[in-house]
Amino acid sequence: MSETGIRIEGLKKRYGHGEAAVDALKDVNMIVAPGEVVGLIGPSGSGKSTLLKCLGAVIEPTAGRMWLGDELIFDDGWKTSDLRALRRDRIGFVFQAPYLIPFLDVTDNVALLPMLAGQPNALARRRAAELLAALDVGHRAAARPSALSGGEQQRVAIARALANQPPVILADEPTAPLDSERALGVMRILNDMARQYRTAIIVVTHDEKIIPTFRRIYHIRDGQTFEEAGEGRAL
Amino acid sequence: MINLAGRDILHAWGRFVLTGIGLGLLIGVTLSMAGIYRGMVDDAQALLGNSGADLWVVQKDTLGPYAESSSIRDDLYRSLLGMPGVARAANVAYLTMQVTRGGADVRVMLVGFEPGQPGEPGYLVAGRPVTRNHYEVVADVKTGFRLGERVRVRRHDYTVVGLTRRMVSAGGDPMLFVPLKDAQEVQFLKDNDALINERARSAANPQLNRPGVPGLLEAIQASQASSHNVNAVLVQVKAGVDPEQAAAGIRRWKHLEAYTRVQMADILVARLIATSARQIAMFLVILSVVSAAIVAFIIYTMTLGKIREIAVLKLIGTRNRSIAGMILQQALGLGLIGFVVGKTVATLWAPFFPKYVLLEPGDALRGFVIVMLICALASTLAIRAALRVDPASAIGA
Repeated sequence: MSETGIRIEGLKKRYGHGEAAVDALKDVNMIVAPGEVVGLIGPSGSGKSTLLKCLGAVIEPTAGRMWLGDELIFDDGWKTSDLRALRRDRIGFVFQAPYLIPFLDVTDNVALLPMLAGQPNALARRRAAELLAALDVGHRAAARPSALSGGEQQRVAIARALANQPPVILADEPTAPLDSERALGVMRILNDMARQYRTAIIVVTHDEKIIPTFRRIYHIRDGQTFEEAGEGRAL
Repeated sequence: MINLAGRDILHAWGRFVLTGIGLGLLIGVTLSMAGIYRGMVDDAQALLGNSGADLWVVQKDTLGPYAESSSIRDDLYRSLLGMPGVARAANVAYLTMQVTRGGADVRVMLVGFEPGQPGEPGYLVAGRPVTRNHYEVVADVKTGFRLGERVRVRRHDYTVVGLTRRMVSAGGDPMLFVPLKDAQEVQFLKDNDALINERARSAANPQLNRPGVPGLLEAIQASQASSHNVNAVLVQVKAGVDPEQAAAGIRRWKHLEAYTRVQMADILVARLIATSARQIAMFLVILSVVSAAIVAFIIYTMTLGKIREIAVLKLIGTRNRSIAGMILQQALGLGLIGFVVGKTVATLWAPFFPKYVLLEPGDALRGFVIVMLICALASTLAIRAALRVDPASAIGA
């Protein structure tokens, strides 16, 4: 693979010290190309959440190396001193629930990220309008999140994750509360967006409905990842 | 950049405004308490100003006619007129009492004065001055009396011939101005039954009713039925004369107490009003603490209700100072609404207080700054809670 969305080598995370120490991640290796959507599957307690927090630059790994795009950002220590800016500019998040900001309208929920990154308001709103249109929620741009259906809210959340054109998006159980049709709809959108914006997307899921849609799946068990080919069922 | 605080306020404006109104009523009470204190000080200043005196000459070793009982002979003013530097001197009598109007009691300060002399009402807003020696009265409008109305004071009826304004005692009781002789009678003379009783007791006393001294008993009884005492003599000094210098002469040669305007103001404000002022200051402190607690509680609960949103905001890269700024702005916004409501209601309900409430712009400005400081301080608890929110909590586990 000539390009890299996100790459991880030998990532480790240890909580606590001495005899009480727990190795949540022992040896995690992953690589996701731009435009690719991979699944991350594992039972409860396997280290999934810890890995997601490490990938999301929320907690610091104990050891290993991590690249975002071509930039090495972790090499036994964060290469960037500003994790907040890293999360804002280089990583998109989609959650199980949309978690939109209820007091902002749909446009501003999406435009907030570019604004936080320092873009002028007009430019940020134009970017938000483009994304909302691409995700087929442009007609709800002025609505409050509470006025949207669950599916619309999730599409707005995806638009927000894409707002700063991050090289990677982390999606945490994005289809869990949805029925089959809507879950597959969300996966279709994620795949389309990944291709369109050349974004690497990691979908953490337990959802049997969407697992067959992945071409590659990373299983995580006891803090270690194993790669497996997926069915790659057409959406 | 989007103003997050403003958007959040607009999103839940009903709750925010209602909370602001509640806080505003509390601030209104606080401002009114300060206004009551200012009113008391202003009443005291008005009392001194309206008297037109430079010196208050009172019984030796007393604090004067407003703070303590003082009784001096009513012919003393003549000798005071002969003192160096004294331009005018006039007797006054003060008596706080209840009069009846329309079946309801009205607490007033009865002032006995000599027309055209210091101690008379400074100005009239209706009617005419007192021109007769008896049974005419000028009333402060706060008493509720109208021109031509009859006022019963002890045994006699008085006619209201004039109305004045802002003539109140140090305690805020409106004044009734009557001729000095009437005031002396009201203050020092007894009722008929008491007089008859006193005469009988004197007649039965062999020391006072001596067979060999004709006319003694009658003279004693006559002295019992008349009064030649007043509470104070108000003195105006000649132009260019230092009141303290004139007062020193009076103290030295007349064996009386003489207070200058500054000293009398000190007696009224620092001694008479001091306890009330401390009482009010205590209330102000309590109300400030209660206001702070309310703002802190409201902002804290509002912040706790947004913990998930704050976690998301932090996760997607919002600066801590932006989140702190949002909470601080909301607290200040609440304070601003509260202050506007408080100032408005305090102004609206001030005239309905029985005593004068003086809302000074300086107090309002100080109040505004204090409210804002309290709100800023109260928001620290919520800011602390928000800054402790782990962005990882937005991810789930």
